[in-house]
Amino acid sequence: MRSAGLFAALLALVVPPAAAQQIVGDAIPASLTGQPGDAVRGRAIVASRSVGLCLLCHSGPIAEERFQGDLAPTLAGAGSRWSEGQLRLRIVDGSRLNADTIMPPYYRTTGLQRVARNFDGKPILSAAQVEDVVAYLATLKD
Amino acid sequence: MTARLVYRRMRVLRVGLALALVFGSTLVLAQGGGDKRRSGYQDMGPALQKMQDDDTANPAMLFVQLGQQGWARPSGAANKACADCHGVAAASMKGVAARYPAIPKGADAPVDLEGRINLCRTENQQAAKLPPESRELLALTAFVALQSRGQPIAPPDDPRLGVFREQGAAIYRLRQGQLNLSCALCHDDNAGKKLAGVTIPEAHPTAYPIYRLEWQALGSLKRRLRNCLVGIRAEPYAADAPEYVMLELFFMDRARGMALEAPGVRP
Repeated sequence: MRSAGLFAALLALVVPPAAAQQIVGDAIPASLTGQPGDAVRGRAIVASRSVGLCLLCHSGPIAEERFQGDLAPTLAGAGSRWSEGQLRLRIVDGSRLNADTIMPPYYRTTGLQRVARNFDGKPILSAAQVEDVVAYLATLKD
Repeated sequence: MTARLVYRRMRVLRVGLALALVFGSTLVLAQGGGDKRRSGYQDMGPALQKMQDDDTANPAMLFVQLGQQGWARPSGAANKACADCHGVAAASMKGVAARYPAIPKGADAPVDLEGRINLCRTENQQAAKLPPESRELLALTAFVALQSRGQPIAPPDDPRLGVFREQGAAIYRLRQGQLNLSCALCHDDNAGKKLAGVTIPEAHPTAYPIYRLEWQALGSLKRRLRNCLVGIRAEPYAADAPEYVMLELFFMDRARGMALEAPGVRP
C-alpha cells in the first residue's frame, strides 16, 4: 500500500502534465484529477489577476473586477459554446488547436523557453485548479 | 501695471506660442503622411498628456535639473565635467539621443545612451561607472535626451549594427516565459486593445527615460523591458546584458522618424 503510494508520487513527478491527458478530437474528455472541479473556487481563480490571469485578456461576467481585457473572446457564454472537454483542452494547451494562439498553455511545462526560475517546471495552474476553472466556465451559459 | 511689465509678459507669451508651434509642428510632421504608428503618448488620457507637455508639471523635469547639475560638475580622477568637453548641451547633444544605440569609436558592439555616458565616465573622466537605474545616471540621461526633444528618431547608417538589430528582432518575436508570450504577440498583433483595462501600446521608445506613475520614479527602457519579462514570467536578462541593447536597436529602427518626446510621462 505504502509502496503503491510512493510509486504514484514518483510517477506524478516523472510524467509531465501534458503526457497524462487523453486528447480526443478537440477535447480532453476526462477530468485531469479524476474528480469534478469546484465552480466557486474556479470563479475565484478566473477573477484573480495573479492566479488565473484570465481577465487580463478576456472579459467575463465578474462585475467586481473592473479592469478586464478585450484581446480575447469574452468568457460569457463559454459554457454554451464549448463542452467541458473542449474547455479543458483550450486551457491545458490551446496550441494543440492553433499553433499561433496567444493563449498561454496553463497545464504544459515542456517546450517553453527562458522560464523564470521561480516558475520553471511548474504549470500555470495545477490539475485541480484547471478542473475548478472548467467547472466554473461550464456554468457560464449566457 | 507698467508698460514694461506688460511688454515682458507679452514676450513670454510669444516665446511660449513659438515653442508650441515648433513642437506641435514636429509632432504633426512625424505622425503625418499616412504614418499610422502611435507613440504611447497618444494612448494616454489628456491629463497625463498635459502633465508631460507642461515642464512645470512633468516630474521627469526634476531629474533633468539634477542632470544639468551633473553635466556641469567635475568628476573622476581627470576632474573633468561633461561640459568641459561637450560645451553647451543644447548644441552638442541635440539629436544624440535620437541616434543611440550606436557603436562607439574603436569598439565592435553597440551601447545605448546610458552605456555611452558610462564610457565617457570611465575613459574621459576616469571615474567609476554610474550604476544602472541610479538616480545620477537617469538624471544625466534625461538631461541629454531632453536636448533631442522634437527631433525625429534617426538611427545611424552603420552596417555593423544590422546583425545586432536582427538579434533584437528575433528576441522581440521569441515566445518565452511560463506564459509563452512574445513581445510581438501583444505589441504588434494586439496593440490598441486592452490588457486588464489598459491600452497595449505599440512599444515605441519615443520618451525614455520615462517618469512612470506605476513606478513613481524615472526609469529606463531596460527597466520597462524587465517589467514585461517579469510579467510573462520569463527570466529577465541581466542588467548589463547585450540583449537589451539589441532590442533597443530594433525598437529605434521600428520607430525611425517618430519624434522624440523625452523625458516622457507614462501611466
